[in-house]
Amino acid sequence: MSRFFGFVKKEFQHIFRDVRTLVILFGLPIVMIILFGYVVTTEIRDVEVGIWDRSMDQASIQATQKIFSSGYFVPAGYLDREEQIGELFRSGRAKVVVVFETDFEKNLKRENRASIRLITDASDANSAQLAQNYLQGVLMNYFQSLNPDINAPWSVQVKSRMFYNEELKGVYMFVPGLMALILMLISALMTSVTITREKEFGTMELLLASPLKPREIILGKVTPYVFLSFVNALTIILLGFLVFKVPVVGSLWLLMLECMLYITLALSLGVLISTSAKTQQVAMFMSMLGLMLPTILLSGFIFPIDNMPLILQWFSSIMPARWFIVIVKNIMLKGTGFVYIWKETLILLGMTLFFILAAVKRFNVRLK
Amino acid sequence: MTGTLEHIIEVRDMVKKFGSFVANDRLTFHVEKGEIFGFLGANGAGKTTAMRILCGLSYPSSGEIMVAGHNVYHEREKIKRKIGYMSQKFSLYDDLTVSENIRLYAGIYGLGRKEINTREAQLLERLGLTHIKNRLIREIPLGWKQKLAFSVAIFHKPAIVFLDEPTGGVDPITRRQFWEMIHDATLEGITVFVTTHYMDEAEYCDRVSIMVEGRIEALDTPAGLKQSYESRNMNEVFLKLART
Repeated sequence: MSRFFGFVKKEFQHIFRDVRTLVILFGLPIVMIILFGYVVTTEIRDVEVGIWDRSMDQASIQATQKIFSSGYFVPAGYLDREEQIGELFRSGRAKVVVVFETDFEKNLKRENRASIRLITDASDANSAQLAQNYLQGVLMNYFQSLNPDINAPWSVQVKSRMFYNEELKGVYMFVPGLMALILMLISALMTSVTITREKEFGTMELLLASPLKPREIILGKVTPYVFLSFVNALTIILLGFLVFKVPVVGSLWLLMLECMLYITLALSLGVLISTSAKTQQVAMFMSMLGLMLPTILLSGFIFPIDNMPLILQWFSSIMPARWFIVIVKNIMLKGTGFVYIWKETLILLGMTLFFILAAVKRFNVRLK
Repeated sequence: MTGTLEHIIEVRDMVKKFGSFVANDRLTFHVEKGEIFGFLGANGAGKTTAMRILCGLSYPSSGEIMVAGHNVYHEREKIKRKIGYMSQKFSLYDDLTVSENIRLYAGIYGLGRKEINTREAQLLERLGLTHIKNRLIREIPLGWKQKLAFSVAIFHKPAIVFLDEPTGGVDPITRRQFWEMIHDATLEGITVFVTTHYMDEAEYCDRVSIMVEGRIEALDTPAGLKQSYESRNMNEVFLKLART
């Protein structure tokens, strides 16, 4: 047994003596979560809005005030001609222009209807859509509050609530996704690289010719990464909680266990990659390209799976991250117990077994 | 090398095929305890394949092979405890120190802490490396690395040490010193099985086998080979064999 511990100790020494490895191990998760948390966001803030108020009456002025006091929008200037809209968009000074028709208040009072035009710079389709939705929301709220006592023959009031993420915060989406991405990347990439490194330097032959059993060698190489990945998972959860206020509603223990399962899966995938990669470069390339991109694009991390073409939906089913994200979201945000995630857990377990068996098989073939 | 001859490696009709390619074609030979056995051949002649089988790194397709009294089919674990192995890359860990490398391999071979301490001190003393024992391997010259790699390979006092082209890339003086170390190892009763490209090194071996296209074409003492092939040196012997 001391043989094995000596070997594990050496693996830790490799890790802690290599600055690059340390940066990837501990820097990457922190940088990624901060970046994703702050930069890639689906919320809007300080969107520049131009106002073309053609009536300048009390109702339109109040509506304008409502827009700018909402916190989402900042004024980009007041217009008085149609041509200025195009100018404003071209110069990039505004994303949206709100146009109040002439006699706005009069129409509102006399005919019970008045119109507002929202013109949006849609060269960036996503944020255009978002800004427009938010603006509509703000205006609707305002006008509804204006005449609560109006006796319409009938009226429907839609009240919406966002369960599990009341404020529709983007980080709620990114923390589970990032966890899936980072754990996959670190565990699979690091193990595949470290094992191929031994092959490249010829030390693998030495180890194989020694009394260490092949499974001891692999386990010894993987053990440090189990610990470190776990530390990473905790770091992400903690950062999410402290910096972005993402809660863990469900059981932390269950979450940890599921993380452990996912880490094991990623590590066995890394071992599998290392059995076919001859050099560190190849291993890195395979892990980066083969794991990172599909994990980002196909796991439902950023883009909803339901909107994908059917064939890509099938493809996403073989992405371990897809199932892990469902599990994490369930535990962290919805607070559900194991009953609701046993299916996903079983899928991950099956995948893990498959990767381990495949890796062992390939390893034995190599010995022949 | 007097008295009874003990065969520490016994190989009979060893065949290794990769698909339809025959890498080792019915090799039959033995290695005597305590000798330096040179395993020669051009690139691709099948030396490394044969050596990997003897070290338990791969399985033969057929044949009877005993290494250090154990069968290569069923007793690889026992064989691995009794052998040392040094590859042509002088594989030590670059980011570990001299001392850490020694202790790592000693630990893998199951040596106790006390024993490791004494042997390590002796070894460093003998190699004159005591002053750099805490330096990283990547900082020491190739020649020292090579000597260290060899010392590590025999640190656990194996019955046989396998050396796969152990002198590649080092200068003639270092090579000479290295062969002195090999010779010293045999004085401790270690059998040396060595592959090489350098024909002058073949002269240092007690017996030499020359492989051509997967078969052993000649096996004798260097003197015997020179006589039967009417050559002045091993280089000529090799060229005559390799050309036919």
